[in-house]
Amino acid sequence: MDALIASGLPTKKDERYKYTDIAAALEPDFGLNLSRLPLSFDPRQTYRCRVPGLGSRVHYVVGDSVAESNVIVDDGRLFVGPMVEFAQRYPDLFRAYYNKVEGDSLTALNTMLVQDGIVIRVAKGCKVDDLLQIVNLSVGNVPMLANRRQLIIMEQGAEASILCCNHSATGCNNLATEVVEGYLANGSHLQYYSVEETSDNCNLLNTTAFMQHEGSNLEYGSITLNSGLLRRSVKIEFDGSNAQTTVSGLVLAHGTSHIDNNLLVAHNAPLCRSDILYKYVLDGSSTGAFAGKVLVNAQAQKTDSQETNANLCVSPSARMFTQPMLEIYADDVKCNHGSTVGQLDDTALFYMAQRGITPEEGRLLLQQSFAWDVLQRIDLLPLRQRLIHMVEERFRRGIGACGDCVMCGGNEI
Amino acid sequence: MLKSRVKSQEPRVKNDNTFVRDVANRDYEYGFTTDVETEVIECGLSEEVVRLISQKKGEPDWLLDFRLKAFRHWQTMEQPSWAHVELPLIDYQAISYYADPRGRKHKSGRQEIDPELEKTFDKLGIPLNERLALSGVAVDAVMDSVSVKTTFKEKLAEKGIIFCSISEAVGKCPQLVRQYLGSVVNYRDNFFAALNSAVFSDGSFVYIPKGVRCPMELSTYFRINAINTGQFERTLIVCDEGGYVSYLEGCTAPMRDENQLHAAIVEIVVQKDAEVKYSTVQNWYPGDKEGKGGVYNLVTTRGLLKGERSRLSWTQVETGSAITWKYPSCILQGDDSIAEFYSVAVTNNHQQADTGTKMVHLGRNTRSTIVSKGISAGHSQNSYRGLVKMSDKAGGSRNYSSCDSLLLSDTCGAHTFPYIDVNNDSSVVEHEATTSKISEEQLMYCNQRGIPPEEAVALIVNGYAKDVLSKLPMEFAVEAQKLLSVSLEGSVG
Repeated sequence: MDALIASGLPTKKDERYKYTDIAAALEPDFGLNLSRLPLSFDPRQTYRCRVPGLGSRVHYVVGDSVAESNVIVDDGRLFVGPMVEFAQRYPDLFRAYYNKVEGDSLTALNTMLVQDGIVIRVAKGCKVDDLLQIVNLSVGNVPMLANRRQLIIMEQGAEASILCCNHSATGCNNLATEVVEGYLANGSHLQYYSVEETSDNCNLLNTTAFMQHEGSNLEYGSITLNSGLLRRSVKIEFDGSNAQTTVSGLVLAHGTSHIDNNLLVAHNAPLCRSDILYKYVLDGSSTGAFAGKVLVNAQAQKTDSQETNANLCVSPSARMFTQPMLEIYADDVKCNHGSTVGQLDDTALFYMAQRGITPEEGRLLLQQSFAWDVLQRIDLLPLRQRLIHMVEERFRRGIGACGDCVMCGGNEI
Repeated sequence: MLKSRVKSQEPRVKNDNTFVRDVANRDYEYGFTTDVETEVIECGLSEEVVRLISQKKGEPDWLLDFRLKAFRHWQTMEQPSWAHVELPLIDYQAISYYADPRGRKHKSGRQEIDPELEKTFDKLGIPLNERLALSGVAVDAVMDSVSVKTTFKEKLAEKGIIFCSISEAVGKCPQLVRQYLGSVVNYRDNFFAALNSAVFSDGSFVYIPKGVRCPMELSTYFRINAINTGQFERTLIVCDEGGYVSYLEGCTAPMRDENQLHAAIVEIVVQKDAEVKYSTVQNWYPGDKEGKGGVYNLVTTRGLLKGERSRLSWTQVETGSAITWKYPSCILQGDDSIAEFYSVAVTNNHQQADTGTKMVHLGRNTRSTIVSKGISAGHSQNSYRGLVKMSDKAGGSRNYSSCDSLLLSDTCGAHTFPYIDVNNDSSVVEHEATTSKISEEQLMYCNQRGIPPEEAVALIVNGYAKDVLSKLPMEFAVEAQKLLSVSLEGSVG
């Protein structure tokens, strides 16, 4: 609370928030689930978000409450469960890792209000075969503010894949603040993917921070298929040499969506590698913003960094703001970035029209292939195929079309 | 820039490599001072000082009003801190805002040029005597707060071209000055623009009439000489329909331990089918090797491409100044207008540069190109900062930006901060940037062929900056190449 009072909430005058009006997002009179009312339904019975062909352990977070029906995993090799439980069982570990992220006032706001969260800890040398899936559901009959938290601890040589899906089960305007903290010890390997498929009235202010130590490998993906206002501040820091990260982002926005990805990759150690690719397809009156800064400090010699941001504006009133930035204090580095904003290629559309493909279908195919570059980078094949299917559905059918659970009108379980 | 010409008349006994090496071993060669009687007003800034400057220049009331409005607005502002430079809080009361080195008027009322001044400009390679100067370049020589002399004025007047100091223009063609002054850079634009609008001294005024192609290059040479003074030049270029002009700007200052302030405004208006080329070789004193002294170069330069099919090209070679804060910009208002920005910014020792451009596309089918090359050495910091904005009405517009940075030491920094705002669905914006050091292979290749490391670096750097240097007028290009070598002196090994 002191940190929040000291710095105040970010305004549009803050360089990092110049495209997103945080004050406006926080303005509505949101309710807080302070009395911890129990859930009126079991999300396992009414909601399913699964990845065919991939065994997964699903943990539900409804609003800001970790569902009681989740099965806590704690076998010495892996812990997946509520943060409160983790703090009781492993107080030293919790103290060592929780809230070590250097965040801004939005992180402070979350830290002040958060009541529970999910912890994933993979012990030294352990490899988790199943996909660990966290499903965040926005619910409520009145506008609610949910404060969510994730803590991921990857010990030396550990390997895991995490999928975080955000969905909405409410027609009400709601806002979530979310802080994800991840620690990758020497030689660990984490695949972390976040899929946003909520609705126009769901807003999310996310802060994600990963600290990577020597030889660790992070694959971070953020796929936004549907959302209202979404702000993601992602910070990835290299603290040990020979670490690498692949960051992939795909945004499909329509209506009046506002999607702002703010990325900072800080190279503090030598011989690290970062590869960043973000793509936006903006339709309707949506607004996209991307700021990606690669910071190479003096000791980070032999850094290899590549950043690409490509954007498609497919409607006259869509707007895109992009800032790919490099801040470099070491001389023996190879860094580059590229950014484009444009439209679908007329020549390609004409080529397809000549071959009997309708203009609508042609546009669809080109948009899909544009998105394909990002999805292609997802290592887990079943997840990649699932996302390709969802992206296609999103382009063809529009909103909320995962088609696999009660809420999407798909197969009831 | 004329210096190179004078030099070229000497027999060329040295081969090119030795020449580059000689140049590279030189220190800042324009750091001398001129002992000339200078009328300097007392340090400090107040409404009285603004009135005094206006009175000394014999300005009309409307111009005094303009200054006073700017001053009052400036008082409400704070020195900006957003640039990637460590700019100390400047004590604006410790600076004198007017220094006239021309001395007292002759008994006959005619103002004569002090022979010392003439010698100074000769030494800088800018002969003020038209007979000595080669034809093809008309020069407006500005020292401290006043224009010392403008050459070839009469010859240009034959074609209807007005080329004179802005103070003279206020008297000669007040309507034109009043119409365009502040029309591109409003005094409310930023802190330094407000300061300049309040206390601006001399600078050049250029008017190219309809359909006239300026027969010679126009040039202004700025020199700071007096101690504890700031220079607040104001340049206004208006190129009427179908006109063409190529304008060059050069600048130097003495070596002093104190920092000196240079806060200028350049405004350019380009009408329908007209074309303006603006080239700068900025070589203000950069401070010594420890970062002591040097000029703070805090400049607002902007062009308005007002008419259809108008063209504006900025080319800058920035090698001097302790701190550079400069963003030559273009507002592409006319449909089908074309703007270009070519820049080489070199920083060495403790220099800091935050420079780039803004391309604001308002008209349909407008085109802009940005090519920026940053070279950092020593302990310097070099940033490119640019904005490309496509308005909702700028359909069919295009921009291409390329920003490369070259690092020559492990203690310097090279940064890129591009901003791209697109508000329509038919424009294309492309941006790319790279940062790297000179490759060992390239250096080894040169060394194998007997080229010493320092010369090899100069060679590679010149090759790297070739895209920009090739856009400069011939005389400037030669000067710029030499400057690059001088600026990077001692940065290898």
